[in-house]
Amino acid sequence: MALIDLSKKEVHCKIVYYGAGRCGKTTNLLYIYNAMNTKNRGKMLTIDTKGDRTLFFDLLPLNLGKISGFDIRIQLYTVPGQVMYAATRKLVLKGVDGIVFVADPLRVRKERNKESLEDLRKNLKDYHLNLDEMPLVMQYNKRDLADTPIPTLTIAELEDDLNKELKRKYFEAIAIKGNGVFETLKEISKQTVHQVAVKHLLTTL
Amino acid sequence: MLEKSKNILVNSLINAGVRTVLLIDSAGNILVNLGQTADEIDAISLAALAAANLGATAQIAKLIGEDDFTLLFHKGKNGNINFGRIGNDLILITIFGEDVSLGLVRCRITDISESLRIIFEG
Repeated sequence: MALIDLSKKEVHCKIVYYGAGRCGKTTNLLYIYNAMNTKNRGKMLTIDTKGDRTLFFDLLPLNLGKISGFDIRIQLYTVPGQVMYAATRKLVLKGVDGIVFVADPLRVRKERNKESLEDLRKNLKDYHLNLDEMPLVMQYNKRDLADTPIPTLTIAELEDDLNKELKRKYFEAIAIKGNGVFETLKEISKQTVHQVAVKHLLTTL
Repeated sequence: MLEKSKNILVNSLINAGVRTVLLIDSAGNILVNLGQTADEIDAISLAALAAANLGATAQIAKLIGEDDFTLLFHKGKNGNINFGRIGNDLILITIFGEDVSLGLVRCRITDISESLRIIFEG
């Protein structure tokens, strides 16, 4: 749940990048970290583990400026995607305000994407949160693979698999090059801050 | 609410020589930050890691048939850190040097735990 500090006039929101293993969640955060002005971002926290998997989580705090006199501070988290790290994934979701679901376009990962979305729905339910009511953006990553011989899913297939009922905004991305990364961040921040303001702030003030 | 809890923490812990006191929730949000300045300590990362640490410890507890471990302590060369749960959703982090005894810190935390819990959880 977002934290609103009325004495310092700050709003803290938590956005989690979710998705199957190796879909590019950490890559999104790394790109944002490298591209943003040091004034507006904090230190990126990565728990150092051998190999390129996220074992626990990554964290990147950002400053998004002021809205109605309130400083908007966002904390971006990633979860470990691999199926076996279910407990840690659930821990990171605690207190989440907005979600980016990163989907892997590799045809062999078709089922993994669907399983990951179901896992997200179930984990949120355990915290009494409903995915259908959460700020959520879909990101279809690694679009550069579509031009290679590697078998990939089309946008229509990804939409059909993941977004048919949710009907959320989606962005095509090549996170490693930065394409679509800030578009995704902008949209999820907008949705999250809006929801937090409507839910907590406007009733508090 | 925050002012009242700050007073309790300053009187009980900061005045006893504790370097830093952070009161956070189990999602890693900072409610109270006392002691060292932002330049000296990265409180946001510390809070996120502490929440994760206690979450992971709770899972370890379950694996060996315990409900939870309520205290965690790490000893360093120059500084020590103690994590304690307050009620269901709060975590109190204290950082202190060799000049303050762990026993004193633990006694003080036990003394104020209930007052803090009542302030935040009623």
